[in-house]
Amino acid sequence: MINKIINTPAEAVADVFDGATIMISGFGEAGSPIELIHALIDQGAKDLTIVSNNTGSGNVGLASLIEHKRVKKMICSFPRTANSTVFPELYTKGEIELELVPQGTLAERIRAGGAGIPAFYTPTSVDTPLAEGKETRVFNNEKYVMEYGIKADFSFVKCQSADRYGNLVYNKTARNFGPVMCTAAKTTIVQAKNVVELGALDPECVVTPGIFVQKVVEVSNPADESKLVAENRRYPW
Amino acid sequence: MVEKEMIKGWDKNEMAQKAALDIPDGAYVNLGIGMPELVAGFVPEGREVIYHTENGLLGMGPTPEPGKEDPELINAGKKNVTAIKGACYFHHADSFTMIRGKHIDVCVLGALQVSQEGDLANWSTGAKDAIPAVGGAMDLVAGVKTIFVITKHITKNGDPKIVSNCTYPLTGKQVVDRIYTNYAIIDVTENGLFVKEMAPGVDFDFLQKHTGAKLNRY
Repeated sequence: MINKIINTPAEAVADVFDGATIMISGFGEAGSPIELIHALIDQGAKDLTIVSNNTGSGNVGLASLIEHKRVKKMICSFPRTANSTVFPELYTKGEIELELVPQGTLAERIRAGGAGIPAFYTPTSVDTPLAEGKETRVFNNEKYVMEYGIKADFSFVKCQSADRYGNLVYNKTARNFGPVMCTAAKTTIVQAKNVVELGALDPECVVTPGIFVQKVVEVSNPADESKLVAENRRYPW
Repeated sequence: MVEKEMIKGWDKNEMAQKAALDIPDGAYVNLGIGMPELVAGFVPEGREVIYHTENGLLGMGPTPEPGKEDPELINAGKKNVTAIKGACYFHHADSFTMIRGKHIDVCVLGALQVSQEGDLANWSTGAKDAIPAVGGAMDLVAGVKTIFVITKHITKNGDPKIVSNCTYPLTGKQVVDRIYTNYAIIDVTENGLFVKEMAPGVDFDFLQKHTGAKLNRY
């Protein structure tokens, strides 16, 4: 029998090891799997490379993971947003590495990683500082930059509903990087607001096919990051 | 005599309205963060425009009523928005397929500098202590069919933002099609910068004086 349901976030993230590369879904707080990240802080893995669009806000979720010095390197497109202070402070002190990637290139590098494509050419960033040192090539009289696919040891993804096969549907703009990140990791760990019976998800409407998912944990009342930040909460509580 | 340095030209809303008039019926449009967002408020009657936000929504609607915000329904500026009837959600790789694949018709962006050849600098001043952040700007200028820039004509220090060559790091080379400032609307063409329209009180000499590149008249 296939059953990808795990009882708790702590059990779901137990296998994360020091030095792992982890993709974390979310665009700002929308789609950020905050309970999985908190479980990872408790678990203790360090020297992590994190692939995520932003660097978290306040002192919770991804920002808290960074604040606890568990992250060696961030691969992201926009490491400063409102209420984001933890990453900028460490970066200014030279205590965390940053690989800055244009947002669409980040999405495509993850998609390629998951699709078995080692590298590709894109028009994005041509003739800018972000293309320096990268291979370029001309196709149809236009210049393109070569970018590498990214794979990860783990992906942490938040979704709306999941079944025990790992089929997923998302909620509104919280979908963002989730579906591509699910494809690009050896172990994809999902926190779902609802775990539903097989057959409850319309096969025509499944967004992430279960083959891309290894573990699902139900978090029925996920925290709103912006509320926690407004209340000046810090993790661990 | 009026002190010409004090000329304000068009206000933000008038600039946004000018840009909105140039967006055709049926266009798929991406609006950058800040002043570009105002453009959505001035779509002329009878035109239907669909807004794309790169975090995964086509058919973005206005700000929700107070109390109806949903933290999982936001725009690229991470502000709460709504979805219109007929909207759809999608993941990031699809969203940037729309952008890079040249499916989006118009993008309106802000600028730090624009060059006479249409180079755009809008993501970094290159300052050593700054935290670099680029978001989707480089993808948008690389892929959207028509790029409008909406910006103040000069900086707070009085320096021109339209220059012969950008001194800030580029977002993209030869990408801007038209510039809307508080002083004028300027087209970027193969033959240089051409002034399409000037704000009330602005004349060509004044405009040239506050522009760091050669202007041409149609």
